[in-house]
Amino acid sequence: MESNKEIYQSRETVYLYNLPVGKSAVVTSLNAGGITRRRMMDLGLVPGTEVEALRYSPFKDPRAFKIRGTVIALRKEEGCQVLVEYKGE
Amino acid sequence: MNHSSSTTGKLRDIMKEVERISPDVTLKLNDSIVSTIYGDAERITRKVVSQKSKPRVDWDKKLDDVLTSRTLGIPMMLLLLALVFWITVTGANYPSTVLATVLFWGQDRLTDLCAWLGAPAWVKGFFVEGIYRCVAWVVSVMLPPMAIFFPCFTLLEDLGYLPRVAFNLDYLFKKAGAHGKQSLTMTMGFGCNAAGVIACRIIESPRERLIAMLTNNFVPCNGRFPTLIALAGILVMGTAYSLGAAVIVMGIVLFGIAVTLAVSRALSATLLKGVPSSFTLELPPYRKPRVGRVIIRSIYDRTLFVLGRAVCVAAPAGAVTWLLANIYVGDLSVLSHCANWLNPFGTLLGMDGFILMAFILGLPANEIVLPILIMSYLATGSMVEMDSIEALRRLFVVEHGWTWLTVLCTMLFSLLHYPCGTTLWTIRRESGSVKWTALAALIPLGVACAVCFVIALAARQAGWV
Amino acid sequence: MDLINRLFRRMDANEESARKSNNQKTSYIIALAGNPNTGKSTIFNALTGLRQHTGNWPGKTVLRAEGSCSYRGMTFNLVDLPGTYSLLSNSAEEQVARDYLCFSKPDATVVVLDATCLERNLNLALQVLEITSKAVICVNLVDEAKRKGIEINTASLSEELGVPVVPTAAREGHGLGKLLSAITGVATGSVVNAPYTVKYEKKIEDAVVKVEPHIRKLVGEEFNSRWLALRFLEHDQTVISAVQKWTEERVPLKIKAGGVALA
Repeated sequence: MESNKEIYQSRETVYLYNLPVGKSAVVTSLNAGGITRRRMMDLGLVPGTEVEALRYSPFKDPRAFKIRGTVIALRKEEGCQVLVEYKGE
Repeated sequence: MNHSSSTTGKLRDIMKEVERISPDVTLKLNDSIVSTIYGDAERITRKVVSQKSKPRVDWDKKLDDVLTSRTLGIPMMLLLLALVFWITVTGANYPSTVLATVLFWGQDRLTDLCAWLGAPAWVKGFFVEGIYRCVAWVVSVMLPPMAIFFPCFTLLEDLGYLPRVAFNLDYLFKKAGAHGKQSLTMTMGFGCNAAGVIACRIIESPRERLIAMLTNNFVPCNGRFPTLIALAGILVMGTAYSLGAAVIVMGIVLFGIAVTLAVSRALSATLLKGVPSSFTLELPPYRKPRVGRVIIRSIYDRTLFVLGRAVCVAAPAGAVTWLLANIYVGDLSVLSHCANWLNPFGTLLGMDGFILMAFILGLPANEIVLPILIMSYLATGSMVEMDSIEALRRLFVVEHGWTWLTVLCTMLFSLLHYPCGTTLWTIRRESGSVKWTALAALIPLGVACAVCFVIALAARQAGWV
Repeated sequence: MDLINRLFRRMDANEESARKSNNQKTSYIIALAGNPNTGKSTIFNALTGLRQHTGNWPGKTVLRAEGSCSYRGMTFNLVDLPGTYSLLSNSAEEQVARDYLCFSKPDATVVVLDATCLERNLNLALQVLEITSKAVICVNLVDEAKRKGIEINTASLSEELGVPVVPTAAREGHGLGKLLSAITGVATGSVVNAPYTVKYEKKIEDAVVKVEPHIRKLVGEEFNSRWLALRFLEHDQTVISAVQKWTEERVPLKIKAGGVALA
């Protein structure tokens, strides 16, 4: 259990795409609209979902994330439409 | 009529009601609905699922650490590819020789039978040297590599490796303006281009689907692998034979992938303009392939299926080739006339008239190109027994003056030229358009001619041949 | 308490009445739905005896595959729908699956779930249960889950969802007999489900209450009016035009009989 104080002190908001490998974060919002937004939500990227950055591909893009028990690869275009909040160093 | 119009009216009323209740809140409504469902799923999961213990080793992660690693991912992919080719080349060599020996023993017995029956020479020629020999060639050249390559490929597929290939290469496909799933359809093309074209259905955007269909041909299908392997075998003889052939075939495949990307890029900048649509890819957990079942299934479903098709095409092709080689106009056979006519063009592309003729006659199925070529050479040459790569080398290099340039250009032309008849028919059905089907044949043909022309020209200018 | 309030009923009606009410019908249509890569096609192959290879990559079933199997004198015509994460975002696969479930009304729908990531899979299961009550949940890959130390209480899941839940390991052939008997129960009507209903926020539920009666008036009991009401409220054009077409032609709604329309 972490105290609220600690959490608030070190929260960082980044694009999901830029989440460092090995870090877990919580989805805060989606910037996409329309069908793309719907697709991403259907993958489980709804606000409040915990995601983990697993790895970069050999060309750094796409990147793989663990989203609700499944490994999903997102390209930069999609990964930069999701904002997540994580506990920084 | 009345009834129907009143219900349409009712529908309009409903729409009005809907508009009244939810003006411009659809987006929020969507979000709320999806979140609620996920929330409920979460709650139920918490209730019914318990994580008893953590597995000691996370094999998925360990495997992915190697197979999709930033540094090792691509080298591992090449290594696996080379390994599969190496196993195929090494493993296929011996059974191929055995099969050829058995089948050509059969040819001799059939010849004896014809002599015993007192059949006229043309009957013996047509059935034994035409149909039987072409079928025998297709079986002995194709069956062993297919029976090894297909199970290897299926094992990788069963393991879950194909999505990893897509993950590794996606960036390149994105840069080419293509859909990420195209790397999946491309890998399916290694099995069979027609299957690869059907697999393009997984791509939703029509633009990107067309790009994937038009370029699927640039990866060699199983009908062409045996050709490539046999030709690569001519280039390298001696101790390092298997390894050398595997490396050459792999080089050809990589070149095919490069052409796939380049043509996709060109298409999405010209005929099929557009930006890549959004794409997400699931990397499913690895599964332990059921080796026994995979081998049985892939031999039964794929190998025998493709072989059966090849034999069906080989029989009539053998008949046609024999007829062309044995009907004489003046003092030359029809085949020789055609080959002579094509010869200048063939030479320009680093090949000869007979090779081009074989590619033309081989349109129904790529697997019969090499057998047709051998038959047409045999009909005009002195050699009768064809039972090994060494014999093939003697026929091509010694008797018909092939150089390394001829071999290379034939391999590249085989890799790039138009897709087989079945694939074209599939493209016609899937795209519903004659225009795109024609382009699916003409673009590869253009690329194949251009590449072979440039290479032949460069090699000759540089004085390498 | 919640369970009691939700009026969960499952009647294992005695065989006699089941046979009586169904002696005319011996052929049933069974749909298979599920996320990609849950072993749906493996189950389809195991049940139908078709032996096509099933690769381990998402998206291999694009068109629906069909096959049949006989069980205790009945014929089940199985329809393998494309794997989807959801039924709501209008991708080609999702439309095929959704239109089939909503408008072709199979006699039973088997929702195949991956035991190793149940939460994601339940998302789809809940959406299917919104459309049809005649469902069987098949929790597949239980062997894989066990290896990962995951245990699933299928009895409790069945209580939660209000439909039969069968654990299977289709690759090994485990649990398929139980699955078939559960399908039989639901398809013949001898088992009556009371499926879980997702309750949305008040604003949405209020709107549904207003719209649903109108829709019920229009389509009767032909289709699930609550589900249609939700799609209407979302302005889901594909559903709206499907209903419109139905009202105009009064023919049973069958959308794009061949599956995906290819551009």
